[in-house]
Amino acid sequence: MKALDQVSISIEQGEIFGLLGPNGAGKTTLIKILSTLLLPTSGEAYVGGFNVVKESNKVRRVISLVSGGETPGYGILSVRENLWFFSQLYGLSSSKAKEEITRLTKDLDLGEYANTRMSKLSTGYKQRLNFARGLLNNPKILFLDEPTLGLDVLTSKKLRGYIVDWAKREMKGTVLLTTHYMAEADEMCDRVAIIDRGKILVCDSPLKLKEDLKENVIMKVEVSSVQADFGFMDKLEGVVGYSQTRSIQTDTTTLKVVVRDEKVFSKITSKLQEQKLKILSESKAEPTLEDVYISLVGRGFEEDAGATSA
Amino acid sequence: MREQLIHNLRAAYARLWVRVKGGNREPQWLIAEMIIPILTLSAYIYMYKTLEAPPEFTGFVIIGGTMIAFWSNVLWNMSAQFYWEKETGNLEIYFVTPISRMAILLGMALGGIVNTTLRATAIMVAGILVFQVPLVINEPFTALLMFFLTITALYALGMLFASLFLMYGREAWHTANLLQEPVHFLSGSYFPKSLMPDMVQLVASLIPLTFGLDGIRQIVILGKGFSDVWIHLVALTVFIIILLPLAKFALDYMENLGKKEGRLTLRWQ
Repeated sequence: MKALDQVSISIEQGEIFGLLGPNGAGKTTLIKILSTLLLPTSGEAYVGGFNVVKESNKVRRVISLVSGGETPGYGILSVRENLWFFSQLYGLSSSKAKEEITRLTKDLDLGEYANTRMSKLSTGYKQRLNFARGLLNNPKILFLDEPTLGLDVLTSKKLRGYIVDWAKREMKGTVLLTTHYMAEADEMCDRVAIIDRGKILVCDSPLKLKEDLKENVIMKVEVSSVQADFGFMDKLEGVVGYSQTRSIQTDTTTLKVVVRDEKVFSKITSKLQEQKLKILSESKAEPTLEDVYISLVGRGFEEDAGATSA
Repeated sequence: MREQLIHNLRAAYARLWVRVKGGNREPQWLIAEMIIPILTLSAYIYMYKTLEAPPEFTGFVIIGGTMIAFWSNVLWNMSAQFYWEKETGNLEIYFVTPISRMAILLGMALGGIVNTTLRATAIMVAGILVFQVPLVINEPFTALLMFFLTITALYALGMLFASLFLMYGREAWHTANLLQEPVHFLSGSYFPKSLMPDMVQLVASLIPLTFGLDGIRQIVILGKGFSDVWIHLVALTVFIIILLPLAKFALDYMENLGKKEGRLTLRWQ
């Protein structure tokens, strides 16, 4: 099985580019190849104009990588000490390192924890430290691999805002972001590539991708019972795709379905009623990037439970 | 070229600094790392006293216990280190920065030497004072040279192991365990190696610690000089000449293999 298959993308300088896909889609594999951590079995990749295989050290001079759910550093050292250590891996002089550490700890609200041991930080503050570490060398290209994984809403928002400012307002660099959070890609990215099972399915601005869906109708329906069977929709003509979210707490299933026209949806509601399922609510929804994915693949992200993480 | 060298030296110093700072921040660690070896060597010394062994045996045990501290450090803080770095996500960061991986290994080794020398000195001083071991050092420079070559050879071996363990998961832990006690035994840490059969001594001669330990004992306990231990010095130099380039080769090879197989950053194996 190929982790990546015929992937071809080009990212412009200063762009925030998103790779959106479920777990196991190949996002992390791609980012690891581009950040010189993995060798591609075939094909070529260039980062900042340098070949990732033949000129890997030149690539490393212009990049940085921040991964979500990671806590690189040494728990026994303080925030400042960890950042000083990482600054030396990029060859920063003592004065430059001090200046960057002060600026980044202030910008990322880490100032009051500068002398706190990393092991005593909360997950959110550890990730702020990880971001500060990733920006120490002022990279031209920043790779963010699921950077807000496991973070609370406020921290995620803060970090997303900071990166957008860094890339756009300060025009400091290009960002390649991998995420499976639709809203994150929608909020941050100039362009998004949707990737599934190693293949890029579509690549455009979030706005354009959603506009292309406008010829379809997106309906959201909540039905009683978590055991509802929607298999009939696979054979129903006019159904582009659907996703389902089951809630054990409320014993309900929320179905999101992309259909060619509203008449198809009435067939769906009849089928649901035939199953003696009570329709608790139904509404028309505005297209999101998730709907773009559903329309391309025929299923939602959560239907990929069998897939493994790349 | 000069800029690259300075960059790598900065990285090596930073890694050394982390090790020294981290290793001495928790007083409990520091005390445990000094007390436990003293208890072990005390047990051997009392056993030899009970058996009415020659008095030099006490000095042999103290030197052995001191040098074993370096071997333990090489195994657990050098060889298996990349395994821990991988688990914490640090290895990934090392590999996306534009530094020589040898700079990291060098920093780890130098930091380990600083930390262990502090502990080993305390163990030796405590042992000598408590058990009243007379040192007969006629050639201090030869003693220092022997110590320097022994430590360099040991940490060069540690750098090689670290490279080989780069891709491993839990096996690194088990392999380090597997290497600990046999080396304690074969190198003659707590008894003179001359007591062992010839075949065992031959196998033991493949371990740098064996030469270093025997050489240091001869110089500081038996009062011997350069003319008696020159073969030890040559053997240790040969170890260094072979092990350092081999470590670099192994590191490059394993990094490349790890990148091909995708195992460089694969955790919880």
